[in-house]
Amino acid sequence: MNTLLDNLDVFTTGFRTTIILFLVSGLFALLLGTVVGAMRVSPIPALRAFGTLYVNVVRNTPLTLVLFFFAFGYPKLGLPEIDFTVSAIVGLSLYTASYVAEVLRSGINTVPVGQAEAARAIGLPFVQTLTLVVLPQAFRSVLPPLFSVLIALLKNTTVAAGFSVYEAGAIRAYLAERGEPALTVLLWVALFFVILVLILAQLQRYFEKKWKVAR
Amino acid sequence: MTSVLYDAPGPKARARHLVFGAVSTIVILAIIGFVIWRFAETGQFTAAKWQIFSFPRVQQTLIQAAGATLSAFGVAAAGSLVLGLVLAVGRLSDRPWVSRPFHWFTELFRAIPVLILMMMLYYGLPPALGVRWPPYTAVVVALILYNGSVLAEVFRAGIESLPKGQREAGLAIGLRKSQVMASILLPQAVRAMLPVIISQLVVTLKDTALGFIVTYNEILFQAKFFGSQVQYGTPIVPSAIVAGVLYVGMCLILSGLAKLAERQLRRSQKVSDFRAGRGLVRP
Repeated sequence: MNTLLDNLDVFTTGFRTTIILFLVSGLFALLLGTVVGAMRVSPIPALRAFGTLYVNVVRNTPLTLVLFFFAFGYPKLGLPEIDFTVSAIVGLSLYTASYVAEVLRSGINTVPVGQAEAARAIGLPFVQTLTLVVLPQAFRSVLPPLFSVLIALLKNTTVAAGFSVYEAGAIRAYLAERGEPALTVLLWVALFFVILVLILAQLQRYFEKKWKVAR
Repeated sequence: MTSVLYDAPGPKARARHLVFGAVSTIVILAIIGFVIWRFAETGQFTAAKWQIFSFPRVQQTLIQAAGATLSAFGVAAAGSLVLGLVLAVGRLSDRPWVSRPFHWFTELFRAIPVLILMMMLYYGLPPALGVRWPPYTAVVVALILYNGSVLAEVFRAGIESLPKGQREAGLAIGLRKSQVMASILLPQAVRAMLPVIISQLVVTLKDTALGFIVTYNEILFQAKFFGSQVQYGTPIVPSAIVAGVLYVGMCLILSGLAKLAERQLRRSQKVSDFRAGRGLVRP
């Protein structure tokens, strides 16, 4: 208990950054993932091809490598400098977006065919069929896998600790300097992650109940 | 399946799609081109920066690093499959005092980030126990605990997606519960879940890269080392590209297997069967 109370400053700063990373990258990943998912089912072959290429390449790249590139490679390219937190957000968003896109695409396939057919029958074009009729239903049916992806994102934020971001995964390194036993520190970190995951699971249950599809 | 989202394009729509397609191709190629141009502009493609990868010793080290990645993956994959089976069977036990602990174990290790597990096993446990082990152990054990727990849920979903009659028929002809599990339920569940299982193994392979952070000598670790050699112009971008090609290549092969399994399954079974595994893969 003392390990936690004596170093509360390090723990709060670390977990605050973790939560910021999670919320910001989660938002961007959902947006980008929806766009890529829509690209993959669009009538334009070129967009479908790029969507598929993106998902296949990014899903087969380790997150560590993505963050490695943005932390060490990007500064060499002579572009505007960004700090490590921003580069971690970019990496996490790009990586998670590919999973969101896949989840959404499988969700689009579960919406009954009649829905899209009815939308087309009343003359809606592709974008409206998707955004007004199919996606709202797909979002509800993919809520559990979507939350799986978000929980994974929350846990993946720890990888940023390997790339100079002061977040929950880095707490051990900071407290090693203060001579705290690593195991105790890490057990506290793990406990907080379990709590955060439980909160997200609770949130999932709430949304599932709220958006229950009545068919 | 997805073509129900839009009408078959007529001549006008085809022309419009062609324009949209061309514009988006140009935009995306421009983005890719810009990145390549920045690479070229900052001299990432010069021979001097790639020279280090022409030495046989460096190539050997890289191959050894790839071997280290694959050996960690192989052991972790086998271990997590076994642990997953044990956890799934334990959790499906009829006795609450057996199934509850298994349930808690699975949920606990699914909630803790793999990297934190690795750090616990590498920085935390050895001093507390007064022992020493190489980072390899930490990487492999952490991967087994995490992926085993995820796979347990996959197996369980597979078993629960089977028709009830399978179990009942097995019991009716006088098989024991363990026999029903081993010779009737599990084979079918594994078959139905094969694509999901392989996808989770791809995640395992990718997560070996986390070993980089706990100083395990794998591909990314070597890439960082070669990338920071000043006398060769700190070729960090070329190293990242080399590491990327190695990782993406290995993962694509494994993902290809998952696709193959899925196609085989779709041909031989009802599609709905493997839907049960949707969203069970945890990146």
